Amino acid sequence: MARITAGVTTSHVPAIGAALDNGRAGNAYWTPVFAGYDFSKQWIKTAAPDVVILVYNDHASAFSLDILPTFAIGCAESFKPADEGWGPRPVPVVEGHPELAAHVAQSVIQQDFDLTIVNKMDVDHGLTVPLSLMFGQPGRWPVRVIPFAVNVVLYPPPSGRRCYELGKAIRHAVESFDEDLNVQVWGTGGMSHQLQGPRAGLINREWDARWLDLLIDDPETLSRMPHIEYLREAGSEGIELVMWLIMRGALDPMVRTLHRFYHVPASNTAVGHVILENSR
Amino acid sequence: MALDKPYLDVPGTVIFDADQARKGYHLNQFCMSLMTAENRERFKRGERAYLGEWPMGEAQKEAVLARDYNRMITLGGNIYFLAKLFSTDGKSFQYTAATMTGMSQEAYAQMMLNGGRSPEGNRRLAETVVKERK
Repeated sequence: MARITAGVTTSHVPAIGAALDNGRAGNAYWTPVFAGYDFSKQWIKTAAPDVVILVYNDHASAFSLDILPTFAIGCAESFKPADEGWGPRPVPVVEGHPELAAHVAQSVIQQDFDLTIVNKMDVDHGLTVPLSLMFGQPGRWPVRVIPFAVNVVLYPPPSGRRCYELGKAIRHAVESFDEDLNVQVWGTGGMSHQLQGPRAGLINREWDARWLDLLIDDPETLSRMPHIEYLREAGSEGIELVMWLIMRGALDPMVRTLHRFYHVPASNTAVGHVILENSR
Repeated sequence: MALDKPYLDVPGTVIFDADQARKGYHLNQFCMSLMTAENRERFKRGERAYLGEWPMGEAQKEAVLARDYNRMITLGGNIYFLAKLFSTDGKSFQYTAATMTGMSQEAYAQMMLNGGRSPEGNRRLAETVVKERK
C-alpha cells in the first residue's frame, strides 16, 4: 500500500532558481538561503521518497486567462520546464507518475473535490525551484513528481479550509493505492511577500512565525483564517500560503518537526521551510 | 447584492479579482504571447505594431509602452503576466517591484535587506500612507 511519510513546505522564489542556474549560489547574499536547506538535502537522501505530490501554483505559464483551473492534477508521463520569458530553466525534465496521479484524481473527485485533469503542461519555477532546493543540481531528478496546481493568482483562491480538507482527501486517495510507494506531499510558495504596487516589499516576520506555529500545532484553527488576513498581514502574494495547508491536511493531526528555517530576504520574499513527519 | 470586497481597504494594493481579470484579459494575454523567443524579438522590433495586434484599450497600450507597472495593474494587469514583459526587457521582479514603490532599486534592495516593509501603518487605508521602513 502507498503511504504518505512526510511533508515538506518551502518558498519557491524565482530568484533562487536564477541564482543556482547562473552560478551565484555561493554569493554572500544567497549563502544564508541555501544554508537553510543543507539539512534537508541530507535528510531527503535517507527519506528517499518514490513520489512527491508537489502542490504549487502556476504563475501564468501553463495556464493563462483562457483557462484557469482552481485545482489541477498533472497526470502526464513528464513535464517540461516552462519558458517564463527568459528561456526555460536549465533543469531536468520532471518525470510524473501517471498511475498514481490517475488514481488520486479519481479518488479525490469522488470525495467531492472537482479536480481538473491535465495531460499536457509545462511546469514553472513554482514547481522546479523547490526541487532544486531539496535535490540540488542533479542530471536527473531522483523522484517522480505529481504536479498539483492551485490557483492563487486570480482572486479568490480556494479557502484555507478547503485546502486543508483537500489534503485529507489526497491522503485517503494515496492510502488506497495498491503499490507499495513512499509518498511525500510538498506545499510551496509564501511566506509573506508583496510583488505589486506601492506596498511592494511588505514582510511580516512576527506573523509568519505565528502562522508556522499554528501550521505545525493547530492546523484546524489555522485553516479557518480568512483570506483578508493573509492579504493585510502577509501581502497580496502571501496568500500562496493556503497551499501549505494541503500538505498539512495530508499528515496526522500530531506531527514531529524535523526542520524549520526562516530567512529574509530572497529578492522580495520571506523564505520559510519546514519538514514534518507523522508522529507514529 | 454587491459582493463584499474587504481588500479594497488594503493600501497600495490592487487585488487581481474576477473583475480586474475581465478588464485585463487582452493585456494579460498579450503578455503571455511573450513566452516564445520569436514573439519577444518581434515585439522588440516594433512595440507599437505588435500591440496593435491585440484588442487592448489605448490606455493599456500606453501603459505598456511607458512600462508603467502600477498603471498596468490598475487597468487589469497581473504581476505574473506582466513578468513576461519585464523579463523580455531583461528586468527582475525586484527591479519591477522597486519601480512600483517609487524607490530606486538600490534603496528598495536595502529595505529588503533591513527586513522589508513593515506592516505597521500599511494594513488599512485609514491608518496612514504607505511608508518604507528606515
